[in-house]
Amino acid sequence: MAYRKILFGMQLGLCVLVCVFLILPMGLSVIAGLTNNYFVGLDSGLTLRWVLEVWGGYHDTIFRSVWIALACVFVTLIIGVPAAYVLHRSPQRLARWLEELLVLPIAVPGLATALALIAMYGGWGNLRSSWLFILIGHVLFTLPFMVRSVLAVLGGIDLHTLEEGGASLGANFTQRFFHIVLPNCRQGILAGALMVLTLSMGEFNMTWLLHTPFTKTLPVGLADAYASLRLEVGSAYTLLFFLMIVPLLLLMQAIAQPRQKKFELVEDEVVILLSESAKS
Amino acid sequence: MSALVPQALSIRLQGCAKTFRDGTRALESLDLSISAGETLVLLGPSGCGKTTTLRLIAGLEQPDAGGKVFFDDTDVTTLGIEARKIGMVFQSYALFPNMTVAQNVGYGLRILKMPKTEQQVRIREMLAMMRIEALADRRIDQLSGGQRQRVALARALAVRPQALLLDEPLTALDARLRDALRVEINQLLRSLGITTIYVTHDQAEAMALGDRIIVMSHGRVEQIGTPREIYHQPGSAFVANFIGSMNQLRGVVTPQGFTCSAGCLNWDRSGVAERVLFRPEDVSIVTSSEFAELTGVVKASFFMGDHTRLLVDVGDEAPITVLDDARCPQAVGQKLYMRVAPLGLMSI
Ligand SMILES: Nc1ncnc2c1ncn2[C@@H]1O[C@H](COP(=O)(O)OP(=O)(O)OP(=O)(O)O)[C@@H](O)[C@H]1O
Ligand SMILES: [Mg+2]
Repeated sequence: MAYRKILFGMQLGLCVLVCVFLILPMGLSVIAGLTNNYFVGLDSGLTLRWVLEVWGGYHDTIFRSVWIALACVFVTLIIGVPAAYVLHRSPQRLARWLEELLVLPIAVPGLATALALIAMYGGWGNLRSSWLFILIGHVLFTLPFMVRSVLAVLGGIDLHTLEEGGASLGANFTQRFFHIVLPNCRQGILAGALMVLTLSMGEFNMTWLLHTPFTKTLPVGLADAYASLRLEVGSAYTLLFFLMIVPLLLLMQAIAQPRQKKFELVEDEVVILLSESAKS
Repeated sequence: MSALVPQALSIRLQGCAKTFRDGTRALESLDLSISAGETLVLLGPSGCGKTTTLRLIAGLEQPDAGGKVFFDDTDVTTLGIEARKIGMVFQSYALFPNMTVAQNVGYGLRILKMPKTEQQVRIREMLAMMRIEALADRRIDQLSGGQRQRVALARALAVRPQALLLDEPLTALDARLRDALRVEINQLLRSLGITTIYVTHDQAEAMALGDRIIVMSHGRVEQIGTPREIYHQPGSAFVANFIGSMNQLRGVVTPQGFTCSAGCLNWDRSGVAERVLFRPEDVSIVTSSEFAELTGVVKASFFMGDHTRLLVDVGDEAPITVLDDARCPQAVGQKLYMRVAPLGLMSI
């Protein structure tokens, strides 16, 4: 018993340590964005000046990021959900192979993908200077997350028999897809959509190469701010980013609650994907 | 109640074989006709092709080239299941987890675009028939196995199908519930008068429900007949051994009767017979050797509640099974004198 307690204590300690290590810089950053002069410290007083300054100068990047993220969710839904459904129904070997292929955009460094995109499509009309160019990059990067997350849920239900049940009651393919298939992978679709939304909002690697002065996104603006302006401004920018992303993450957790099991499957997938993307 | 089923359907399979894409020959060429209003039971061991036959009739599988499925006199071979207007109950029930009980039962009506108020009436009627009115608003994962079974039946019957196909609907339930639901389904089918095909590997279920039983093995029909015919006049050794328990003795026909190592049975039928079959309930135990046809030694005894089951060594390769009194059975090791009712003797 005592051994268990010690073990628990050690685990708790490690957990707290890791959390502090990760959260402290974020906390500092938030505070930096709210202080008058970071080098003097909190004694210089708190202010919203920097936040307002960032809002004044960069609110277009914020709106653009939100817009691209929403468009990205829309496109990945339209492509990803049917793709997952088809993959789920197609013969094992082919499906596995295609799934692996889908992960490529995550495994390959974002910069490389971006360069390839520019080399290939950079000359097409004025696509290069359009926000659509960034959207294409983001869809490439986030699509696997949508597909995998829907696939994970599909793997947990006997969709084939459910569809046969629907067919025996007279439902045709379209009716079955909307009445049976979609509602039963709702959990995976929601999880996937939120994941795509947050990933697209935070994507920097690829966007940094793809962007033009007219198509800056929030993370790119953030990098600019850090590089060329006062630390307080950069931090205020981070603060704004947190304000947008944290509610989304909380929503993601909340959706995960009711059907724990299915989401665990999704989480496993996410962990795998994230570790793959970390490698690159 | 007959209003529930507009008119019963007759079904005919003609030369229906099934070979799966991986080369598995699940069904040899099968000819079969099911008359309107009949309950036909497909019975056989696991993997014998029962589900495959049912799925051919449902339209979930296509027969190999040359096979044809007729509903009444219409060729429906190329019609998908959506168009066949049959009700189906799956072994796993296939209830929709994203819908309530009432929505599940009403799904077929929703597809038919029946007016909402009529749907409500029909749903209530079906729930009442299956005695699950109280569950109308439950989700599927809040139901017990037996309740799910009822919902699946109600859902299949709600659209008033021309025929009802059931694939081992009771297998997932415990023995007690299975017995209760078996009686209920039997009454329901009789009162509806709907053409029904019922798949099971449980012979008691088959006996209780079927107007006729088809015994299958390895993708082939072994015998088709009423439960009584199947039980008392098995057409093959497989059927004899698969249905109920059967004793077997080897011997030769002599002027005295059928002579075997344990004695001589009263056998007056013409022709040769190398082995005779008889059921345990046709064996009676007699007290003296004077009236005995067979003599043996009790090897084992099993108390079954309402009777005792004895395994008796009669010098043949397998011991024979004999039923004995529940309260004071013969002791193990004791010598036993037996007679066999002449009507119970069969040879195959
Ligand atoms: N989709 C399929 N592909 C290949 N072989 C199949 C397929 N479905 C069934 N089989 C094979 O066909 C044979 C008959 O299967 P079927 O499902 O009809 O048996 P069953 O009598 O219903 O058995 P059970 O009582 O176990 O349900 C089996 O050998 C099975 O392995
Ligand atoms: Mg089966």
